[in-house]
Amino acid sequence: MLRYALLRILGAIPTLLLVVAIAFMMVHAAPGGPFDSERVLPPEIEDNVNQAYHLDESLPEQFLRYVDGVLHGDLGPSYRFRDYTVTELIAAALPLSMRLGALAMLIAVTAGVSAGIVAALKKNTLVDRLVTGAAMIGISVPVFVIAPLMVLVFAVFLKWLPASWAGGSGPGRLLMPVIALALPQIAYIARLTRASMIGVMNSDFVRTARAQGLSTLSIVCYHALKPAMLPLLSYMGPAIAAVLTGSVVVEEVFGIPGVGQFFIRGALNRDYTLVLGITVFYAALVIALNLVVDLLYGVLDPRIRTR
Amino acid sequence: MSVSPALGPAIRRLRANRVVMVCLVSLLVLAIVALLGPFLTPHRYMDTDFGARFLAPTFSDWHLFGTDELGRDLFSRTLLGVQVTLFVAVIASIVSLGLGVAYGATAGFIGGKTDALMMRAVDALYALPFVFLVILLMVVFERNFMLIFVAIGAINWLDMARIVRGQTMSLKQREFVDAARLMGVSTPRIILRHITPNLVGVVVVYMTLTIPQAILVESFLSFLGLGVQEPQTSLGALVNGGTAYMERAPWLLIVPATVLALVLFCFNFLGDGLRDVADPKQA
Repeated sequence: MLRYALLRILGAIPTLLLVVAIAFMMVHAAPGGPFDSERVLPPEIEDNVNQAYHLDESLPEQFLRYVDGVLHGDLGPSYRFRDYTVTELIAAALPLSMRLGALAMLIAVTAGVSAGIVAALKKNTLVDRLVTGAAMIGISVPVFVIAPLMVLVFAVFLKWLPASWAGGSGPGRLLMPVIALALPQIAYIARLTRASMIGVMNSDFVRTARAQGLSTLSIVCYHALKPAMLPLLSYMGPAIAAVLTGSVVVEEVFGIPGVGQFFIRGALNRDYTLVLGITVFYAALVIALNLVVDLLYGVLDPRIRTR
Repeated sequence: MSVSPALGPAIRRLRANRVVMVCLVSLLVLAIVALLGPFLTPHRYMDTDFGARFLAPTFSDWHLFGTDELGRDLFSRTLLGVQVTLFVAVIASIVSLGLGVAYGATAGFIGGKTDALMMRAVDALYALPFVFLVILLMVVFERNFMLIFVAIGAINWLDMARIVRGQTMSLKQREFVDAARLMGVSTPRIILRHITPNLVGVVVVYMTLTIPQAILVESFLSFLGLGVQEPQTSLGALVNGGTAYMERAPWLLIVPATVLALVLFCFNFLGDGLRDVADPKQA
């Protein structure tokens, strides 16, 4: 297990470096400098600005400086939000985004697994068809279609919930964003759980358990659930990435001041360092969470460690 | 050369699957209407008419889906959106197809350490939030139309690479590959001329599954204002435009949202159905 864990951790480092390198190169391949503007600056001032931001150094030097900064949690200054560093901007917006993402994942796993198990146990019945049909819709309809339609129905037509973050207060204003973010993941998880549960319920050890007279409930809880959850665990990585991407849309639609909002504003304002910093941050987050998932997988499934 | 010996029964199974046929027909109808659209309506997608802003859907003057905040006809704009969306999706899928097939076939055919290393790289790439890199690319390179295709194709090739690799590994055991090798055909040539043609069936099936993914990414970018730019439009950009005026003119949101959902729904069902048909064991 230690060997497996070490290999996984060592594998994660070059992946992260690769992302930082690709993202950094992209930004520096951009035509024009970050401070190009209509107004022509006197050459001395331009030199000073370039010196202050280390833009006078060679590209490899700048890259090493950036990587060094990333390792210390310093993502550099924002080019547009003067007086703020990228790290400060992320830190300010992160708690809200984390709450949104964590709640959505929690709902997605709970609802998705329950729906998947029910569909698997009632395979080929009306209930199963309803679940798989609803899951297909959930997978097909993207967050940026669901979220505005939810606002239209629940805020504009029915007036049950606030249409935006600023327009409401209390937990009610988180309800729609969290559900909009969770819906596609509920659908994916329900489908995955259904498929793997059907596979497990047809396996020999479940037949043995049945032959011993165990009830369906205890078979599911004590025997089938753990092996059926393994494929789900490997989906957690992509799910986390999808929720991060989705949260950008949800924060935009509902006007939630999270990391995603800064990302979009940075992207539209061509704030290179901010966009670069958030990309690196998200990549590190996704890679770290994937690592956790991998290690958990190793703990739960001994077969994978020996490979 | 027949693509697969089991093609006859496969087509029969496809015909029997009513949902798949409905999706296939709706997509074809939608594509034809989108292509003929400009000839069907008197309004061009970029013509503004400030006397006719926020018109609700009406038969008078043929504003079938109403008009937007600049008095532009939503029907013709939606048709343009469908055109752009389908176009981007097809091109992006071809890019991802080329990358995925080349990578997967090479890894699968060479096998051994090279294969292990190449597939490990794919595993690592799977974990990345690619969409953020694409957005970074869009920011840096000025939302270039062609770049969108390439970028979207570049993030969708991983699944294709995995599937093609698996298929190649079983294909290379076959006698005709041994025969080609015996006759002194070079490895790249065997991959290109003997392995790739046999992958067509699987690849076509999985391409119908990558198309909705490509549509999703494109409309996601356009929704955020980073994709297709005015006066051009795509379904994602239209949904975004609709959200701004949903209280005053809900049809601006409902129409493009429904069309986009319909397109994605049909492609997903079609892909799923085709996969079941091609591989009845998995169904």
